[in-house]
Amino acid sequence: MSATTKTLPESEPALLEARNLVMEFGTASGGVLTQKKSVFRAVDDVSLSVRHGRTLAVVGESGSGKSTTARIIAKLLPATSGSIFVEGEDVTDVSKDALRRFRRQVQVVFQDPFSSLNPRHTVDRIITAPLDYQGITVPGGKRRLVKELMERVGLDPDHSGRYPSQFSGGQAQRIGIARALAVKPKLLICDEAVSALDVSVQAQVINLFKSLQAENGYSIVFIAHDLAVVRQIAHDVMVMNRGAVVEQGSRDDIFDRPQEQYTKTLLAAIPTINPEWEARRRMNEQRVGAAT
Amino acid sequence: MVSYFLRRLFSVAVILFFVSFLTFVIFFQLSPDPAVMICGKTCTPERIEQIREQLGVNQPFLTQFFTFLGGIFAGRSYGAGEAAIHCAAPCLGFSFQTSQSVMDMIVSRLPVSITIAAGAAVLWLLIGVSAGLISAIKSGTWWDKGAMMFALGGISLPNYFIALVLQYVLVVQLQILPFPSTPDFAEDPLFWFQSYIMPWSVLAFGYASMYARLTRANVLDTLGENFMRTARAKGLPPLLVLRRHALRPSLTPIVTLFGMDFAGLLGGALITETVFGLNGVGKLAADSIGKNDQPVIMGVTLMAALFVVVANVVVDLLYAFLDPRVRIKA
Amino acid sequence: MRHDQKGSIPANHLLAVTGLGVRFPTPKGPVDVVKDLSFTLDRGQTLGIVGESGSGKSMTSLAIMGLLPKDAKVTGSILLNGSQTVDRSDAELRKLRGDSMAMVFQDPLSSLNPYYTVGLQITEAYRAHRNVSRRAARAVALEAMAQVQIKDPQLRIDQYPHQFSGGMRQRIMIAIALCCEPDLIIADEPTTALDVTVQAQILALMADLQKETGAGMIFITHDLAVVSQVAQNVIVMNTGRPVESGTTEQIFSAPAHPYTRALLNAIPRLDDDLEELKMVQEFTRPKVTPAAVTTS
Repeated sequence: MSATTKTLPESEPALLEARNLVMEFGTASGGVLTQKKSVFRAVDDVSLSVRHGRTLAVVGESGSGKSTTARIIAKLLPATSGSIFVEGEDVTDVSKDALRRFRRQVQVVFQDPFSSLNPRHTVDRIITAPLDYQGITVPGGKRRLVKELMERVGLDPDHSGRYPSQFSGGQAQRIGIARALAVKPKLLICDEAVSALDVSVQAQVINLFKSLQAENGYSIVFIAHDLAVVRQIAHDVMVMNRGAVVEQGSRDDIFDRPQEQYTKTLLAAIPTINPEWEARRRMNEQRVGAAT
Repeated sequence: MVSYFLRRLFSVAVILFFVSFLTFVIFFQLSPDPAVMICGKTCTPERIEQIREQLGVNQPFLTQFFTFLGGIFAGRSYGAGEAAIHCAAPCLGFSFQTSQSVMDMIVSRLPVSITIAAGAAVLWLLIGVSAGLISAIKSGTWWDKGAMMFALGGISLPNYFIALVLQYVLVVQLQILPFPSTPDFAEDPLFWFQSYIMPWSVLAFGYASMYARLTRANVLDTLGENFMRTARAKGLPPLLVLRRHALRPSLTPIVTLFGMDFAGLLGGALITETVFGLNGVGKLAADSIGKNDQPVIMGVTLMAALFVVVANVVVDLLYAFLDPRVRIKA
Repeated sequence: MRHDQKGSIPANHLLAVTGLGVRFPTPKGPVDVVKDLSFTLDRGQTLGIVGESGSGKSMTSLAIMGLLPKDAKVTGSILLNGSQTVDRSDAELRKLRGDSMAMVFQDPLSSLNPYYTVGLQITEAYRAHRNVSRRAARAVALEAMAQVQIKDPQLRIDQYPHQFSGGMRQRIMIAIALCCEPDLIIADEPTTALDVTVQAQILALMADLQKETGAGMIFITHDLAVVSQVAQNVIVMNTGRPVESGTTEQIFSAPAHPYTRALLNAIPRLDDDLEELKMVQEFTRPKVTPAAVTTS
């Protein structure tokens, strides 16, 4: 199964494909007085491909290189080596103009909604900023687009004049999503986009991503450390550890038939609720649901 | 260790080279012809040419610059033959005004500047750090507000103004202190102290204000750290929590800042020395600027730069010593 | 005892909290970050307190430890080993903190002082309560480090926090909490900052140590799955109020309160696809959370 994510039919190139990405950082180990220079490979020969309308989740623990990989394919960080293609076109080294076109197709949603939104700008201005950068004029006017986008992500359009600090964490994350959607991209790269949220809010944002994908066919690269969240949102999964790919495949392959020991360890470590209690609770729930 | 040290020394050399080059450009090339100045009123073109020859200012610019640098490391001679004056390394040239060796002038003034800087440093560290510390602990109280207002005053009031007011009140009106001068400590320690206390205080006032505000901010930051909560959760006595856990993280950045400030002052407290008429390096700089005595200006500038650049290295090493995260990388 | 006791609280409870309230003054008027919280905890037992951000769970732990900011007003009664701790002077509380009750915090890196060796940070906790020499305290620290399964304690005791991994740092924090053999351990999100594999190790370690020492534990977390594994009893909190409490089995197999049910439904699951993750209704969320009280 995992082979299908790597080799695609010539007729339909992947939306985004990355080949043999390597990211090296120079590090100094030892103290100031006993310094040794060495090279640290944060990303070690990572290849991935994202298909149209699908979600690829990249999972791993801290130091796995998943966020660095995300930043490389979002072109926020230049890789040491490797290449990136969008719909078959090489975008590894591109001019400023080409980068602008790239940003029109690929948008990023960050982990911390508050630090990634300018606190001095109104929601209105935040959401339309990518349009101004792209020089896009909107038929029907920006105001209408902002209203549409805010409704789309579940925010009250009347609040477009407010500042980020006037929103809760979940709402702020919705603003970040609305901003990413403004230029009508094809791919959303979500870097731990739900990790900082409370469980109830997290569920709402996951639902939002899923419904956006169902209705508009966005492709999503979903970077996360929480496997249970990944299970709910991903079609394909790539497991990373210490910069390298451990295993990749369809969601069910990874969760039901993991091949690598590391993946198995990771899955086994997830705390779960006693299944017997869960079964009883859900039975009760159905009974209550039927009664009302 | 060795490679780190060598790299730092190399960067020191590079910085000093550029500083000397820039000062050389500014003071030697963009200033009026020193030969005309030395020659005075009764001057002939031949005499000017003669002086130019002797000073070496008829040479191309770069030759002059490298002769100057050479003088610092190997010494140089002015003029030729019988009339040549030799200047031993480290040679910074001779004053246009007094014909004294610039090196000797600076070295003879240095003890005064060091005395002023060291005395002031003791004062501002004691007062500034403790005031900032108390303000942080009692933050929001009247003490805190009062001390910080006072400190704001200390930062905004110019040195010379405080100096003149103090001198007028304490020396002229109340006559409890002598006019500041630079007596020998060994002769009369009390008089020495009385003579220096005013310059120390004036100089320390501004620095103490700055250090108080900085200490306060650092301590407040540290008090909000999670490890402070851990320390309290251990049941440690409040004073131990403060002394052990809050002070070191708060004061480490101040130690390094202090190194730089102190080094800066060794190059002369220009205003304080001038206002009180104390013959330190700062007053030497002020006087030579007034008289356009280029070799002296050049010498003092280089000396000040040397102090600061060296202090920078010392401070970095000190920081590594004080902060285990810098000393030992994981 | 200054507080009237409602009913008779058996003296053998390790901890008995009755009608606990924590109130902060804010420019918009006082805010109750904890209200009407009552529970008991026995030796060897673990009580889980779950809730989302702003639920008051962390404030509860700080109230029991007496570590709340000075402007917080605590009401109600907290009986530790039968004696009242509310309204006690800080000097009296200090004798209890670190000795009969100890705390493990969320982020082990920022909770350890970067300027001192872990050895000093363990020994100072011990020496605050036991009048012993440096050498004797060091021996205790080495023992505690071995107890939390840190290899080569002789070598590592003189290292600094940044030289340890996240999981090892949390072991150090646990060693600090354990060195005086406390009766009560309060763990506030002790595994939230850790990787999932490390979390599993730390949870196992804590369970072992608790069995060994017989201490009572309050385990505070937002993670329902974690709490279901470690606690015998659970309190669910929301906006400072206890919503529901009971045995872990009760709470997880037959939750009574709509908030608990919604919370359980919101957990992403590993074993099943849910068409639509169910959501906690918006009405249960706090409208205003003053910045001053959202320390977690």
